[in-house]
Amino acid sequence: MELCDKTIHELNGMLSKKEILPSEIMNSVLSRMEKTGGFRSFIKVFPEQALELAVRQDSAPVKGALAGIPVAVKDNMCIENKETTCASHVLKSFIAPYTATAVLKLLGAGAIVIGKTNMDEFAMGSSTETSFFGKTLNPWNKDMVPGGSSGGSATSVALGEAIGSLGSDTGGSIRQPASLCGLVGLKPTYGRVSRYGLVAFASSLDQIGPFAKDVEDAAILLKAISGYDVKDSTSVNREAPDYVTEMKKEIKGLKIGVPEEYFSDGIDEEVGSCVKKAVKDLERCGAEVKNISLPHTEYAVATYYIIATAEASSNLARYDGVHYGLRENAGNIIDLYKKTRSVGFGDEVKRRIILGTYVLSSGYYDAYYLKAQKARTLIKEDFSKAFDDVDVIITPTSPTTAWRIGEKTSDPLKMYLSDIYTISANLAGIPSVSVNCGFSGGLPVGLQLQAAHFNETVLLRAAYSFEQMNDYHKKRAFSGK
Amino acid sequence: MKVDKKLVEYLANLSRLEFDDTKLAEITGQLEEIIKYVEKLNILDTKDIEPTAHILPLKNVFREDKISPSIDRNKIFKSSPDSDNGYFMVPRIIEE
Repeated sequence: MELCDKTIHELNGMLSKKEILPSEIMNSVLSRMEKTGGFRSFIKVFPEQALELAVRQDSAPVKGALAGIPVAVKDNMCIENKETTCASHVLKSFIAPYTATAVLKLLGAGAIVIGKTNMDEFAMGSSTETSFFGKTLNPWNKDMVPGGSSGGSATSVALGEAIGSLGSDTGGSIRQPASLCGLVGLKPTYGRVSRYGLVAFASSLDQIGPFAKDVEDAAILLKAISGYDVKDSTSVNREAPDYVTEMKKEIKGLKIGVPEEYFSDGIDEEVGSCVKKAVKDLERCGAEVKNISLPHTEYAVATYYIIATAEASSNLARYDGVHYGLRENAGNIIDLYKKTRSVGFGDEVKRRIILGTYVLSSGYYDAYYLKAQKARTLIKEDFSKAFDDVDVIITPTSPTTAWRIGEKTSDPLKMYLSDIYTISANLAGIPSVSVNCGFSGGLPVGLQLQAAHFNETVLLRAAYSFEQMNDYHKKRAFSGK
Repeated sequence: MKVDKKLVEYLANLSRLEFDDTKLAEITGQLEEIIKYVEKLNILDTKDIEPTAHILPLKNVFREDKISPSIDRNKIFKSSPDSDNGYFMVPRIIEE
């Protein structure tokens, strides 16, 4: 096994025993990038700078949970003096004047950023097919999508082009690609991680989180990026526990809820049986399993696509060709706005701006936007009631494994419905993680775990217990072919 | 709700977007389908339900009104499509 296929905790051990140097890890990752080719995990890579920083750490080792670890960052997070494109033409030549807090925290822990990853334009999509820079391919099968919107952050880790990465999750954009690429992907509680420097899509739903090869790595990354930030008024001042120590405790007596609504129509049979087998595994670890109901699940996609597009239409008003990014010149200012936005945004982004503008427009606000905000309350209450009875809720992450490239691009609604199992966690603001729970037709299947607000500890504990009983997380997508 | 081209043109103008006729027809059809789908919320009885804007129990978040350094202005203008001596340049807005 090459160094780039190892986990953060394995590399940490080797580094501390002085068996390897940071530059050896970096060289391993860089040479892997040359071999993978064509998956399009990255929009931009910084090989010279990354290697230079690694070599510097060889002679002057730094302290930190991520010392010497090459990480990738989704291209909707700002890094000072680097382009931040959100995979959109409209942000052409935008150089970020500051660094996102989550990225600063990674750097503070000793990590080295190796590049910015590909994504759906402005994180709007479920397949990483809407990027202005081209589609990312699934690491297990190049004919398939990697999921989205954080597709590049997923594939980079799955292929060994980075050891860990950051993505953002508004409706499943970390968990769903993690599921489709066979990784651990975690969306923290809303407020757990600062979003300062994350380009806003839907501000009441967006959250930054890690991609990792296993649960322990996800716990290390989560600990590194968590915490209050005065620059994000929605970040919560609450100490993040030592996740790695906490997650290793046993789960005897842990109550697990299995909601019937997540196993109904539209779920692939093999996905369903992998998840049910995972529930049995957890039962064998001493967990108690209960059937529960989340009755408003059916309304989650509709609620989400009203709220998320409304917020997006407002957030994306700033791309007007005046202060930064693309400008298409015109004789007057209104035409300048229109031309810039029409040339700069792709189809999916335009569709969502139009839908968001509609649900917020005079005469329709109450019927759509306010109605969706009330439906959101019902969905949130479903979870609060469920968490009175159980500690963790277990579901599939995605109704199917990865689908063929192009299969859903002409039917936006069909694409939206692929997020059906991940969206509720964003609406309710709860933490949720996807872990690999098997393969179907050579493609990974994801198990989704959800817990109450700020209960990442119990979430990771259940995920870790499951992982200890299986070796799906030890499989690597890249075989050298 | 019937979605027609006229409505999409109206929304496009509000959104400062432009579509050619082919795109306009395509987006009209897609918008109609999506809106029909989201109208399933109408079945829900939400009479006494409070809306949720976000999930945190936050009111106003204040900080001390203290002066602290901000991002260097020249750095900001580096990404600007057109600027002049500390100003963002746009086409003339006020008619002569």
